[in-house]
Amino acid sequence: MIFARHLGARVWILVAVLVAAAILVPAANLWLPASHPLHVPNYLVPLLGKYVCYALLALALDLVWGYVGILSLGHGAFFALGGYAMGMYLMRQIGGRGVYGNPLLPDFMVFLNWKELPWYWYGFDHFAFAALMVLLVPGLLAFVFGYFAFRSRVTGVYLSIITQAMTYALLLAFFRNDMGFGGNNGLTDFKDILGFPIAARSTRAALFAASCAALVAGVLVVGAVTRSKLGKLMIAVRDAESRTRFLGWRAEHVKLFAFTLSAVMAGVAGALYVPQVGIINPGEFAPVNSIEVVIWAAVGGRGTLLGPVIGALLVNWGKSYFTAAWPEGWLFMLGGLFVVVTLLLPRGIVGTFDHGWDALRLRRRARLAERGGSSGATDAVPNPAE
Amino acid sequence: MTMVEEASRQIRVLHEPQGYAPSLTSISLAGPDPAAGDPDAGENGWPPRPVVSPHPWATERAARLAAEGKGRRRRDTLLYLDGVTKSFDGFKAINNLSLVVERGEMRAIIGPNGAGKTTMMDIITGKTRPDKGEVFFGGDVDLTQHDEAEIAGMGIGRKFQKPTVFESHTVEDNLRLALSGSRSILRALFHRKDAPERQRIEEILALTRLEAKRKMLAADLSHGQKQWLEIGMLLAQDPELLLVDEPVAGMTDAETEETARLLRDISQKHSVVVVEHDMHFVRALGVKVTCLHEGSVLAEGPLDQVSADPRVVEVYLGR
Repeated sequence: MIFARHLGARVWILVAVLVAAAILVPAANLWLPASHPLHVPNYLVPLLGKYVCYALLALALDLVWGYVGILSLGHGAFFALGGYAMGMYLMRQIGGRGVYGNPLLPDFMVFLNWKELPWYWYGFDHFAFAALMVLLVPGLLAFVFGYFAFRSRVTGVYLSIITQAMTYALLLAFFRNDMGFGGNNGLTDFKDILGFPIAARSTRAALFAASCAALVAGVLVVGAVTRSKLGKLMIAVRDAESRTRFLGWRAEHVKLFAFTLSAVMAGVAGALYVPQVGIINPGEFAPVNSIEVVIWAAVGGRGTLLGPVIGALLVNWGKSYFTAAWPEGWLFMLGGLFVVVTLLLPRGIVGTFDHGWDALRLRRRARLAERGGSSGATDAVPNPAE
Repeated sequence: MTMVEEASRQIRVLHEPQGYAPSLTSISLAGPDPAAGDPDAGENGWPPRPVVSPHPWATERAARLAAEGKGRRRRDTLLYLDGVTKSFDGFKAINNLSLVVERGEMRAIIGPNGAGKTTMMDIITGKTRPDKGEVFFGGDVDLTQHDEAEIAGMGIGRKFQKPTVFESHTVEDNLRLALSGSRSILRALFHRKDAPERQRIEEILALTRLEAKRKMLAADLSHGQKQWLEIGMLLAQDPELLLVDEPVAGMTDAETEETARLLRDISQKHSVVVVEHDMHFVRALGVKVTCLHEGSVLAEGPLDQVSADPRVVEVYLGR
């Protein structure tokens, strides 16, 4: 990447902004009086938290799409699986407070006349186990899926199609009542998380801060990975896969690593998303959701750390604003946005900015060299061969 | 062979399903059938020959011995292709091709378009599996059983016809990714640059005359410099055998000469197979030449001899 060189400072600015947000937004919500101009209204905290989770999901997609060139159209599946793992924990926390008052079985199981808890619901009453599953389930699915796909050298549009098929298959599976995940309605009516009431202002503020912390961790992990030698190898696989093979690298292992790590990150994003929106249902597996993630990353700029974060925040803010101000127009705007970005800003916002900045610097240096006379000063200008 | 057949017949008889108990008795009690001749008896006073099982390993012993004899002949070669055939949708890209490259040799391969030069490289590097024929590296490694990454790890490096470098990386990073060493993904994740690595990169930069361009993106190099960078990446890989596909395509005369010099330098320490159309360049290399035509070897020998061959003139050099 052209901009990989001056990436360091910006990442730290992003981290600083996120840390500041994690502290200031809850503070402004909890401790400033409602009349204060800087007061953050209650509805905004979980909304912002949702955006931050989306940003983490977009960053996860960027790791595989922007850096390894795998256009996954099924990342929503990993997000939803992480969400379901968290949802199962939250369901078990309801205990006897459900509508039917069954201390063991969630309401939808009582409704379906189930007599005992299915085996795969065991353990989810412990937060630690659920947290482990949040990482493990999406990671394992991505590992198995990626192992077969990358070993068979499925690439490009074919890979995109099978990732899309994967999330669609999961959508259909989770719609079924006998899967034991609440069918069409999904999991909802959550009461508390780690003993704190889930709808309380302080809990929501804490969840927002946790989402910011997760995004910071995600940015740092992706930053560290992409700047390592392995990260360079990822970009090499993206640009010239066969070259890496003939150099002795196993391109499929590189892809598998990135895909699995990315799925784990998406799972974490989903797990933080569910307690803030209060529901997880099979709709989260909808192919359209995964495609939207691609748009966020494309708008922000793939192959950058900042791009997907900025893209996810901007597009989702736009979505919230316009679905309220002009509900019937939003889908047209989303489609139009994708067309505009593809045609006019193929590098996305961050990528275009970087590119323009680089070109400007090159031109300024060339001008300086010209002014300095022809005596050897031309050495300072990198050869703009093409 | 009659004895072998007899033995296998007996085994078959013993294993015929006749119920459990009778077959057990027939094993423990029934001796060899005297009418069929005793398979354990020796011949001319030699110790008894062991019963040969019907397993292919035993029955095809003769074939195996012949193969071993062939193996002894190929043991000293670096690259050994015998009777290799590969067709794509009925078109025989490679047709019964046999080629031997000795250790330390530099070989130039010429031939008209479609002669199978690139397909041959694909077969050697594991990108394409041959339909039949043998491909051995270092005398005893069957290359048809391995994939690209494994073959690269054994020490075969390849330069593509179209220069293929990592365009969004700097020249240095291109070389760093090519440097021989661990190919483990986790090690790459925790890799640290160290002094020996820097030194080797310096050496290769000097050899390929790219020192001044080290911080440039490979995308910004000229065509000739990209070709050199790719050759440099091959060197970084430190292979035993370099396969170089059209290294001077699109180069100026001066660059062509430089490249010939570079390849001659490289051939001091490595074996090299060069595919090239440019006869001046091949002449400048001054090595044994193989001319391919329609997927098999048409002529082989010093350039003067090959270029005087009327068949070579007919199909390639033109009248």
